[in-house]
Amino acid sequence: MTDVRPRIRLPRSASAGDSIVVKTLVNHDMESGQRRNSAGETIPRQIINRFTCEFNGTMVIDVALEPAISANPYMEFEALVPESGEFLFTWYDDNGEVYTATEAFEVS
Amino acid sequence: MQHLKPARTLALASACVAALWTGAAFADPDLSAELVIDGELHITTRAPSDDITPNLPERYSGWLFRSAETRDLQADDFENPAMLAVEDGADLWETADGSNGQSCMDCHGDAAESMAGVRARMPHVNDAGVLWSMEDYVNNCRTERMGAEAWRWSGDEMTSMTSFISMQSRGMPVAVQIDGPAEPYWEQGRDMYYTRYGQLELSCASCHEESWGLNIRADHLSQGQISGFPTYRLKNAGIVSMHNRFRGCIRDTRAETFAEGSDEFRALELYVASRGMGLAIEGVSVRP
Repeated sequence: MTDVRPRIRLPRSASAGDSIVVKTLVNHDMESGQRRNSAGETIPRQIINRFTCEFNGTMVIDVALEPAISANPYMEFEALVPESGEFLFTWYDDNGEVYTATEAFEVS
Repeated sequence: MQHLKPARTLALASACVAALWTGAAFADPDLSAELVIDGELHITTRAPSDDITPNLPERYSGWLFRSAETRDLQADDFENPAMLAVEDGADLWETADGSNGQSCMDCHGDAAESMAGVRARMPHVNDAGVLWSMEDYVNNCRTERMGAEAWRWSGDEMTSMTSFISMQSRGMPVAVQIDGPAEPYWEQGRDMYYTRYGQLELSCASCHEESWGLNIRADHLSQGQISGFPTYRLKNAGIVSMHNRFRGCIRDTRAETFAEGSDEFRALELYVASRGMGLAIEGVSVRP
């Protein structure tokens, strides 16, 4: 698999206290564990099993992902932004790796 | 529907019956939709027909035949999953490979300049008079100039690279050469297009010229335009090349198919591309 490269999109601007739409996409095979290779052997499961988003240390969303979720999982959700600050996004891989991304956001 | 043929009214009627059951989930394709990427870049998805396609009233991109949800994915570069391949291709463009230690960028520089319009002219007859697809040009660079190994036709590296190169022509009209040295290839492709293959005895034209707009299983038949390729197919969760799609179509007629990268598919690619002249290259498209 190629390098995991999270993508984040936030709106350009918002007022303090607004609810904003957050979009995230991460490239990942989401290997379900149900498939076999050409030699007939089961390909071991390797998925992103958990995704979280925090804003200034406050948990916004905490998602458990399951094997039926397709490759390159896309998440769209709303977040309250009471003040300017930083989003922290975290993806947890079955193989123990953790991918993070941060994105600053300014309220007007 | 702008061009409702008599044969289509039957399908329309059955679609209406189905709509009663499914809450209007079934609908005829909306051929008047506009493809605007990120609210800025307008992509031409309808073009006038000409001598090449006397049996088509107008040329329609496959994008118009898809559901609103699938169309929306392509209208937003963030949501378009094919952009992941484009980013991989951009990395490969800058990465040195092979015994000469060179990358694509060392010779071709900024792809936004050097590769602009390349996809719109593919496939193209090379200096030796042989018709080549974009994949052939890429692999020729790799083996002859870089001292690297050729990539597989539908391998991840190749589809990422063709996606990246294709993006540099997004919005430009298809403009393949079909006369001069390309003419015999074009004629070979046209003959293939109208040849019935397989146990089902279907030609390309059976579906994509005579029956476009009708249902095939739960999906709409498009005109089989290839201006959107490389395509991210949701069912594959990956990029599909034109030749991969050709192979799938011929397989579905229950025939022995030609191979990806075969002379037959290069010729067919040229002919089918010419049937879409005037449509815009979509860079990387999204299809179900």
